[in-house]
Amino acid sequence: MKNKLSTTSRILIAFASGALIAVFLLPAWRIDLFAPQYPEGLTMNIWINKLSGDVEIINGLNHYIGMKHISADMFPEFKYMSYVVFFFMALGMSAAITGRKKLLLAYIVATIIGGLLVIYDLYKWGYDYGHNLNPNAAIRVPGLSYQPPVLGHKRLLNFDAYSYPDAAGWIVFGAGALVIMVWLVEWLINRKRNKRLKTY
Amino acid sequence: MKPNQFKKLPVFLFTFIAFLLIESCKPKNTNVAASGDASKTYIAPGQYDEFYNFVSGGFSGHISVYGIPSGRLFRIIPVFSVDAERGWGFSEETKPMLNTSHGFIPWDDAHHPELSQTNGEVDGRWVFINGNNTPRIARIDLKTFKTAEIIEIPNSAGNHSSAFVTQNTEYVVAGTRFSIPLDDDNGDVPIDSYKKNFRGTVSFIKVDSSNGRMNLSFQIRTPGLDFDLSHAGKGKSHGWFFFSCYNSEQANTLLEVNASQRDKDFIMAVNWKKAEEYIRQGKGKKQAVRYAHNVYNDETHSATSKIETEVLVLDSKDLANMVYLIPCPKSPHGCDVDPTGEYIVGSGKLAALLPVFSFDKIQKAIAAKTFDGDVDGIPVIKYEAALYGEVEKPGLGPLHTEFDQNGNAYTSMFVSSEIVKWNVKDLKVLDRVPTYYSIGHLSVPGGDSRKPFGKYVIAYNKITKDRYLPTGPELAHSAQLYDISGKKMKLLLDFPTVGEPHYAQAAPASLIKGNSVKFFKLEENKHPYVAKGEGAVKIIREGNKVHIMMTSIRSHFNPDNIEGIKVGDEVYFHVTNLEQDWDVPHGFAIKGALNAELLIMPGETQTLKWLPTKPGIIPFYCTDFCSALHQEMQGYIRVSPAGSNVPLKYGTGVKPNPGQEK
Repeated sequence: MKNKLSTTSRILIAFASGALIAVFLLPAWRIDLFAPQYPEGLTMNIWINKLSGDVEIINGLNHYIGMKHISADMFPEFKYMSYVVFFFMALGMSAAITGRKKLLLAYIVATIIGGLLVIYDLYKWGYDYGHNLNPNAAIRVPGLSYQPPVLGHKRLLNFDAYSYPDAAGWIVFGAGALVIMVWLVEWLINRKRNKRLKTY
Repeated sequence: MKPNQFKKLPVFLFTFIAFLLIESCKPKNTNVAASGDASKTYIAPGQYDEFYNFVSGGFSGHISVYGIPSGRLFRIIPVFSVDAERGWGFSEETKPMLNTSHGFIPWDDAHHPELSQTNGEVDGRWVFINGNNTPRIARIDLKTFKTAEIIEIPNSAGNHSSAFVTQNTEYVVAGTRFSIPLDDDNGDVPIDSYKKNFRGTVSFIKVDSSNGRMNLSFQIRTPGLDFDLSHAGKGKSHGWFFFSCYNSEQANTLLEVNASQRDKDFIMAVNWKKAEEYIRQGKGKKQAVRYAHNVYNDETHSATSKIETEVLVLDSKDLANMVYLIPCPKSPHGCDVDPTGEYIVGSGKLAALLPVFSFDKIQKAIAAKTFDGDVDGIPVIKYEAALYGEVEKPGLGPLHTEFDQNGNAYTSMFVSSEIVKWNVKDLKVLDRVPTYYSIGHLSVPGGDSRKPFGKYVIAYNKITKDRYLPTGPELAHSAQLYDISGKKMKLLLDFPTVGEPHYAQAAPASLIKGNSVKFFKLEENKHPYVAKGEGAVKIIREGNKVHIMMTSIRSHFNPDNIEGIKVGDEVYFHVTNLEQDWDVPHGFAIKGALNAELLIMPGETQTLKWLPTKPGIIPFYCTDFCSALHQEMQGYIRVSPAGSNVPLKYGTGVKPNPGQEK
């Protein structure tokens, strides 16, 4: 059994892991808020190491409902996420350079676990912000929480909140899909070859 | 019925029919004569107008900003007059803007707004406007729609022929409407010594093209004439400035009669490039004067006022080839240069025709010295030698002319209350429409520049009478919008204005709207008493002066409880609006303050001075409905008797900041 990845696969894997550099240049996630008074919308862009967009304006609005003030230094993730991304890039690159299938498999498993962790993390922070409200807030609606959606749309009082990957998020998503496809193609080719070997 | 009553019936009938006939001979009601076209002025909710219209407020001292074609009022920009609504002239930061060599003046009469130009085209950067009473020029910054600078004009009385600019806004000009003994003369002279002692001046104020800063560059002394309006040459006539003058009779009383005696007054042509040359040659004389120069800074959010003490003067008596007079029929008002720069239209208010002068012919007449005597050493060019031609029977009382991009001119006729459209080349009247009533100035978008946008002409009328629902003896002055895109002018819309609109200018919204500032950046705020966050709030006591550096954010002040203020203190509330979003001003008002409110834009700091007069609890609150909890945005100040030892203490919320007396 041939245990090495094809040259095309290795180039594609190198390309996919190289594309992760995008997270240093572009925001990964975005939350958009629309309200009658904000027809142009308010956007919070989440990067791997910072926040940008209308964060202060959103904070100003959040204080009515007693939500905590959102600031970058509250998120320990921002401090180590760059290293995590470097690790993923290194893992992908080593799979591409060595051509070892096991490394590719490890890369894919790590990507899936990492992705799930990111979504869990988003949910956890959203839950925290949406539920742990100042009991002395000006606006208190019994039983109502303000947890933003992890993905998709949710109505929060007068705001329509939308949560979607931003540019870098889509690139990471695409890169992940690409390596999984590479794995599948490799697996199919391998199976055919094995069948052929068996018939002889 | 008795028979003798029947006899009277024909008499009644006859009277009734006669009455009907007489009624039908009266002119038709204006509502019948004029038909609007709502579809052409309708701007759907949420849509933008095509043009901004900057309309002078006349005796209101403000500029109002309208949208064209809708006629919707967007904004009133306070310029020379205090405005309690915005604290303009009431806040410590804005008081210096209204300073003059006479001291603080809360009012002026603002007449002629002029948009800055580059290459003879409207560039949408600034609007200049004249203060007619205490001679001044103001510059409004169209990024903030705020008055950014006001400069006083020395050696002047009544700055009317202003604030017009040269084609690259090299200069904005001023001219004295009253001739007077100048500032360095002994003014204590008999009024009827006018001819001997009274003189005029025109001033050239240099404008810094990078930031708009004005600087009185030089003044030209003239004979004792009254300057009415002016316009810069453009294109081929760039380098020249034309001023209309009246009272060439040099009367000092009952001017309505005595200044209307001569058949012709003058248009004064000034070769300002020549004037610059004389200055380079050192021919200007320094004169000691006093005038205020006030500048508003958007980083300190404060104005400074400086009294300048010197002006460079050129005397038209001594310097040849710089100033010429062109005879112009009867008390000319408008003095308007067409987009090519070749034709100069004088509008003699009492004349039965409209003279159009040719720049080329003026140059030839000067070269050939085709003069008809002089006035105090200034050559008078022969009327025929400067004249291109006359528009015959244009209407009565021509006042002011603007142009479209197709070689047509539009002249307002005050007495016959109409706009007359005529062709500049062949001087033929093409069309006329009535205005309601007694039009003063008119405005075509870009109509005094090299690039008119046409489409509309707007009339600014002096008399309104029956146009709107009556409001007692005083009525709004009206503006009227006419479509000029076709052969015939068509009235589209009537709209009321603020104060008295004299001149107005309009420019495409696309030149201006993209530059509009949404809020001031807090980190760029360099106000000496800014509090850039609630942590930076403090109170400093210096003797009886108390500086309260406080903040406002939806929906509280910090501090909102203040103790330790005493009767006899001089309290300064320096309120910083911490918001960093568009359209979230906060207001500040305090009970019993002999002052106005503050209206503080996001990121700005403004200061209200307050003198507590008796012990007690004094409330303050936010005046601008800022949020759902706006009503709760309020606070208290405890005022103790003079000499009391109540400590200075202040804070907001459950954990008040411990106060410290400094």
